[in-house]
Amino acid sequence: MTAQTLTNDKNSLSWLALIGARLDGWTVSVLVVACIAAVPIITVIGLAIAPTEDIWRHLLDTVLSRYIRTTLVLMIGVGFGTFVIGTGTAWIVTMCNFPAKRIFQWALLLPMAVPAYVIAYVYTDLLEYSGPLQNSLRDAFAWQTKGEYWFPEIRSIGGAATMMTMVLYPYVYLLARSAFLEQSVCVLEASRTLGHGPWRGFFKVALPMARPAIAVGVSLVMMETLNDFGTVDFFAVATFTAGIFDVWLNMNSPSGAAQLASILLLFVGVLVTLERVGRRGRKFHNTSTRLRKLPGYQLNGLVKWVAFTAMSIPVITGFVVPAWVLGRYAVDYYANTLETSFWENVGNSLMLSALAGVIAVSIGIVLAYGLRLGQNRGIRFLTRFAALGYAVPGAVLGIGIIVALGWIDNAIDGVMKNNFGIATGLILSGTIAAVTFGYVTRFLSLSFGTLDAGLAKITTNMDGAARTLGLSRFSTLKRVHVPLMRGSILTAGLLVFVDCMKELPMTMILRPFNFETLATFVHQYASDEMLPEASLAALSIVGAGIIPVILLSRTMIMKNKPTSGDGK
Amino acid sequence: MLTKTTNYMKYSGHGAAFFAVVMGALLSPLTANNAHGAGANGPVNLYSYRQSFLMAPLLEEFTRETGIKVNAVYAKKGILQRLKAEGANSPADVVLAADITRIDAIAGEGLLQPVTSKLLEENIGPSYRHPDNLWFGLTYRARVIFTHKERIRPGEIKTYEDLANPLFKGRICMRSGKHEYNISLLASVINALGSEKAEKWVSGVKENLARRPQGNDRAQVRAIFEGECDIAIGNSYYLGKMLTNEAKPDEKKWASAVNIIFPNQPDNGNGENSTLGRGAHVNISAAGITKSAKHAVEAKLLLEFLASDKAQQIYAAQNFEYPLKKDVSLHPIVASWGSFKPDEQRLIDIAALHDSAARMMDRVGFNH
Repeated sequence: MTAQTLTNDKNSLSWLALIGARLDGWTVSVLVVACIAAVPIITVIGLAIAPTEDIWRHLLDTVLSRYIRTTLVLMIGVGFGTFVIGTGTAWIVTMCNFPAKRIFQWALLLPMAVPAYVIAYVYTDLLEYSGPLQNSLRDAFAWQTKGEYWFPEIRSIGGAATMMTMVLYPYVYLLARSAFLEQSVCVLEASRTLGHGPWRGFFKVALPMARPAIAVGVSLVMMETLNDFGTVDFFAVATFTAGIFDVWLNMNSPSGAAQLASILLLFVGVLVTLERVGRRGRKFHNTSTRLRKLPGYQLNGLVKWVAFTAMSIPVITGFVVPAWVLGRYAVDYYANTLETSFWENVGNSLMLSALAGVIAVSIGIVLAYGLRLGQNRGIRFLTRFAALGYAVPGAVLGIGIIVALGWIDNAIDGVMKNNFGIATGLILSGTIAAVTFGYVTRFLSLSFGTLDAGLAKITTNMDGAARTLGLSRFSTLKRVHVPLMRGSILTAGLLVFVDCMKELPMTMILRPFNFETLATFVHQYASDEMLPEASLAALSIVGAGIIPVILLSRTMIMKNKPTSGDGK
Repeated sequence: MLTKTTNYMKYSGHGAAFFAVVMGALLSPLTANNAHGAGANGPVNLYSYRQSFLMAPLLEEFTRETGIKVNAVYAKKGILQRLKAEGANSPADVVLAADITRIDAIAGEGLLQPVTSKLLEENIGPSYRHPDNLWFGLTYRARVIFTHKERIRPGEIKTYEDLANPLFKGRICMRSGKHEYNISLLASVINALGSEKAEKWVSGVKENLARRPQGNDRAQVRAIFEGECDIAIGNSYYLGKMLTNEAKPDEKKWASAVNIIFPNQPDNGNGENSTLGRGAHVNISAAGITKSAKHAVEAKLLLEFLASDKAQQIYAAQNFEYPLKKDVSLHPIVASWGSFKPDEQRLIDIAALHDSAARMMDRVGFNH
């Protein structure tokens, strides 16, 4: 029975397997959840099936190749940057002893709470030609004009990639670090016994073993890069997403925009699949469960200060500088902000983000565990498909939700009117439920990806043992897997929470009357080039992100403490 | 076995309770927030493209005067799609847009109803409202030219056409050519000069750029102040906002370095009816009543209020715009710029050319 469940459908390679699948509780739950989560994407693809005159001809003739080139460069730049910074910092903080290591463990996460468009505003102010840095350079060297010296252009593709790397690397850091922490120390010890130094231990053992988690981290970062509009719009960088909005709003063709978005989805789907194919057949779980404190490398002399400096840079550039700039404005402007319904907005943001976090994690567990139980291809595809929503710009996915909910509401209303003479009106559209649904579907890939990678690290022998001992599948999940992946669950929850706090385009378009969150409050000023008025609220978004960050890293540290004797 | 079952039951009990609480919380409080009220003094439900901090003071004044509450959703994008998806059941009564393109697209989808109001027709001139009264303009602003006070002599630049003059090579700053303000300006040039000349013009402007288009309108003024360029294009109200910016006093410094030029004025040989004297390109904020409005009476009261002397004055002054109703007093700073002739080409004709303008920007590779 156990063996059969675990290997169930392994051989069924066709779509037909979906129909033939054994319809037990798990399969049905996974199927239902995945279907609901896929609704917005399916709607967007549905919108794409409409004639769009000659938009494609025009795009092909003019800007399409540029969109593709720019987008690829940006994705590769940000992907590579976050991979190096995220993995590097995670490894050093996890494995080396140097000054203030305890602080860096959580401080390195702080930049993720800073919205990319905010950091873009802040750095443009500082670094552009008319900013204070170039001004003092000109004063110092008595340069008069632009032509006399070279300075990198902040509003460029390189600038955009740098800004995004600065606030997105924590995604990789977080996942890589929890992977390093969950790695069995025995493997690393074995590698040392075999004569591997710290570098080879890292490249030959730790890095390959953390691959699923790092891959998830980097792919999340790339998806976030793809869906970004605020930064690329401000820097006038012509990415695919900028193109989507151009076609939608300037060429007034929502279906053309949906077609571009569908292509984006296809592209991401291929990318994600390629990565999975690349590691097919390999297993990444630990064969031992001995989770003793990892023996750190003691850094001495100059090296420890090099490490200290290297760890400081991302924290200072990604968090301290923007927080300082916002803080200075907030000192002058907090009173004006507090006069508005500031606390209500804080409450709305916290409530929605927490709610979406809990739901996204619960659904993520159901989907990830469901996939682990049954290797059904059709459901597997549907699940991964549903989690692609993250790559699509929020406003476009928001339109998908609006259209879907409007259709459902009006269909119910129609049926009720015709049969019972009762007008139900709009039940879901324009409610908090709609906003929450938007958050969950948009950020599902954060929770699903994290939890899937977390589950992959647990050997299936555990499932076998638990089932042999008479636990049901549900109890196995509850008593074996959930405790073992507490770190991943918290990570997933945190990622979703922080992203919801920052979420803007969907909140704006899906929200009910008279409903404001911190992000929408910030945006109304920021969009009108009034950052000072928005500073306190922007700082609050950052602040609200910090609390779970600290909680999480405490949990990680506790887990990392030596548990007496062997493992669990 | 028994324990297991109990455990499971316990769990599902919690689950159900949690579910019930969540669903209750999700669907009840804010939807019931008077959004579906009815009756003569029912609320007005507003979907607005224009930001809350600009609208809130006006809406509060309206409520004070009439006792009618206004519920609002503010969004920068997608209001059209939301209205369309909600269909006849949409709770929205009034739509407010910050520019002609958005409101006209909504009218084009058949989502607005004609409004018969003597007051609105009297206060808002025919070029600033829909021919069938589907929407009414409320305020307008000009897309003007900012020039450095010393580096550009008075009279050196008088028209949009001048911006393409090779004399100004490497001296112009602009925000993204794909920004709706610039698309709209190009659409007005296409409408006035025809496609071929307009394309030549926009290529000429591109040739004169000091840097790749970037930043927002304020950033262009800053670049003039810092000497990166001498000429910029921007919306008139930004100058007012910068001159009065207490939060960022630096902006006052930037703004006082520039002159504001209303282009294409009928003087110095540019005839009233020549294209060179056609007036400065303007855009409007506008509002209309939805076809699905459940509170059409109140909605009309809101529109009439927004077109009234009092509201026109507040509305225009707080954003340094121009009221559309004649003889309403201007903000002193705005008044100090003097009067100007707005381009009176029909705004709906310009809106209809948006698509062509966006494509033209792509063809000349304006941003690259």
